Amino acid sequence: MAQHKVNYTQDGGLPVALTSIDKIVNWGRSNSLWAMTYGLACCGIEMMAAGASRYDFDRFGTIFRASPRQSDVMIVAGTLTKKHAEFIKRLYDQMTEPRWVISMGSCANTGGMFNTYATVQGVDRIIPVDLYLPGCAPRPETLQYGVMLLQKKIRANKAGNAQKAKRLM
Amino acid sequence: MRAYKPKDNVQAKPYYTDRYYVAPQVPKQDVASDEVFAADLEAIKAKFEVKEAYIQVGQMVIYINPHDIYSVLELMRDELEYTQLSEMSAIDWIAKSNQFEIFYQMLSMTKRKRIRVKYFIQNGQAVDSVEKLFRSADWAEREMYDMFGIEANGHPFMKRILMPYDWQGHPLLKTYPLQGDEFAAWYEVDKIYGKEARDIIGPELRDTARVDRYDSERFARLGFEVPKGTEITGDEQPHTESYQEEGGVFLIKKFDKESSTVIDDPQR
Amino acid sequence: MAQVKNRLTPFFENITFDRDDNELILNFGPQHPSAHGQLRLMLHLQQEQIVKAHPDVGYLHRGMEKMAENMIYNEFMPTTDRMDYIASSSNNYGFALAVEKLIGVEVPRRAKVIRMMILEINRLMSHLFWLATTALDIGAMTVFLFAFREREYLMDIIEGYCGARLTHAAIRIGGVPLDIQDSFISQLRTFLNKLPQNIKDYEDLLDSNRIWLMRMEEVGTISTEMALSWACTGPMLRASGVAWDIRKEEPYELYDEVEFNVPYSDKGDNFARYRIYMEEMRESAKILYQCIEMYEKCVKDGQTELMAHAPKYISAPKLDIMTQNYSLMQHFVLVTQGMRPPVGEVYVATESPKGELGFYINSQGGPYPYRLKLRAPSFWHTGILTDLLPGHYIPDVVSIIGTTNIVFGEVDR
Repeated sequence: MAQHKVNYTQDGGLPVALTSIDKIVNWGRSNSLWAMTYGLACCGIEMMAAGASRYDFDRFGTIFRASPRQSDVMIVAGTLTKKHAEFIKRLYDQMTEPRWVISMGSCANTGGMFNTYATVQGVDRIIPVDLYLPGCAPRPETLQYGVMLLQKKIRANKAGNAQKAKRLM
Repeated sequence: MRAYKPKDNVQAKPYYTDRYYVAPQVPKQDVASDEVFAADLEAIKAKFEVKEAYIQVGQMVIYINPHDIYSVLELMRDELEYTQLSEMSAIDWIAKSNQFEIFYQMLSMTKRKRIRVKYFIQNGQAVDSVEKLFRSADWAEREMYDMFGIEANGHPFMKRILMPYDWQGHPLLKTYPLQGDEFAAWYEVDKIYGKEARDIIGPELRDTARVDRYDSERFARLGFEVPKGTEITGDEQPHTESYQEEGGVFLIKKFDKESSTVIDDPQR
Repeated sequence: MAQVKNRLTPFFENITFDRDDNELILNFGPQHPSAHGQLRLMLHLQQEQIVKAHPDVGYLHRGMEKMAENMIYNEFMPTTDRMDYIASSSNNYGFALAVEKLIGVEVPRRAKVIRMMILEINRLMSHLFWLATTALDIGAMTVFLFAFREREYLMDIIEGYCGARLTHAAIRIGGVPLDIQDSFISQLRTFLNKLPQNIKDYEDLLDSNRIWLMRMEEVGTISTEMALSWACTGPMLRASGVAWDIRKEEPYELYDEVEFNVPYSDKGDNFARYRIYMEEMRESAKILYQCIEMYEKCVKDGQTELMAHAPKYISAPKLDIMTQNYSLMQHFVLVTQGMRPPVGEVYVATESPKGELGFYINSQGGPYPYRLKLRAPSFWHTGILTDLLPGHYIPDVVSIIGTTNIVFGEVDR
């Protein structure tokens, strides 16, 4: 049998940490926020750039998933049109709780510059939104900052309770 | 007295136009000035009636009869080497003469020339589909139907393309307002939540110039933001939005600016 | 407020139970990670093989043509950014050129050189992005990371010029708003010197990669007739054996003064398109080197004008506005009421990275266009999927969508 030769008085000490359930659960939730790729338009490109080489989203534990069933946060990046509105609701409903939504960019926030017949004036008419990122398109740094704020928001909540129903408007 | 607004064209109007302003014209040249176009026009004129033809900004424009369109394009494709239909769509002249103007933008790659074939149809009339000649007309005619409601005879799949199938109205008509009609305003709410949710979700906020003075008071002073709905007393404490809580985060290294490196030259 | 119950019922359009044959209808999209946007495909399948494909677009239709009818010409410029948002300046340029042809102004030489540099940088950005996403869809993650790294350098350069990474609005009607910044040329040189090695890196990774070849070669073959009939342009057409590049055939700006080749292939398959994108990057680099020389010559000759002089349509330079009364009045009228181009119509095609980007403008002498039609290349490149996909297998769909290089801001407008 292998002998473990770890000196527990050095190298960071004993591999034991005392904490509460809330903290450990929130630590897990906030540091592996798997994002659903919801690249709708221009902001989707910046979202991809945030995941690519220079901005490297993986170090936040944010890995883009293609399926709503595997993801925790939906980053709505781009213009939501009336034709598409139905699908965002369907996909949001498929996400497992706890789930969060980041509305990225002016179009997703308020309809932005597209004040026309075909554009939903803000994604919060369809699904509840936790975080709004301003910009057209927001830089990848903005998205990363947004994710950090979302992590902070998650840590501030009680983990044990079921997620409260969110305000739609 | 309420200002008169024409119902047949609800698009934006210039708020001031000089009474004596006469708009200049983009110059039109005679077709004879370009020998390639002149030869093409002769070939078309030999078989079909051409109402008007001129050259504008380097491209020939010809007006033909609506029922000739298929044969004219066939002639152009097979004999005059205009092998691509780059674009086709319509222009709404209903307010002026109850007509639509249809244009077909043709391209010849061997001659390096472009011709715009045009004709007028009455409102409510259908056009002849050229989908058999150019597959690109398949989608172009569907788009035209979607945007203007002009149907194409002989098209295999005459359905909407850009708007949803259950959409009402044709958006590019001059009678259709930019921000949509009543149906458009509630389309997604009606479809997803039902009409009874209209009161809960509320109307769309379309006024781009709307300024809530409290919003700017609450959010515009950086470092002194207060939550929505709170009274502003004036002696708020400044706060900075930090990435992490003050007390540090469980199992996470504390981020501070002193221990981080700033990369100045991104191309290093 | 209580949660609002929704009325959406699960739909079973995907599966049809009442058919005798074993044809399956598969719904692909509209939010599919490899659809490059919001493409919805209804695929009729016989086992793995597609027998009928029905692309459904419009999920990003934002009503740009309608917006154009309600906006003054200069106001519409930032909207064009959001068409082909991977190479925004090429749309800006297409619109600016169309309006310039309409009002008949000539752009100063220095502005032309700057425009060409911006256009070619955009082409490089677009092609790098195409390579990155297509490679990612096919499974080559390394190429995605590599190509995005190079793209970020270009974005830095363009950001230094206009302040935006993605939506540039870097070109104005009548010229360019600003001269290029001091570090532009040196940064661009550094990038261009590295680029051949970078392209070689991608090619080393992909050209002889067995998986890449299997997914690309002899897949998605478009014949010349089909490409012409579907109004394909750009790399799609050039891969199908027609060497048609608007920059070469109907030169605008100073493209007749620079030397470059038009790569084309007669194979028409995915691999041919991939090769054309790679070669076009090399050609763009070649053009950029020549543009740098032209720019330096402009500086030496003392050509400082950046905007065309047409007081009826285009505001005077900032210095004049600040010092001369008439220029200020003119500027005020042009900003509040907008320019009023002459009555007439114009169709101008430019070679955007995706293909022929055309702007048809019908002006009735008012400050708003009476009709503006955007001829976006991707619209037809999506349409061709109807005829192209049948006969292919499901995995081929992804690689075919990848190489058609469609951008949905442009397809749906």
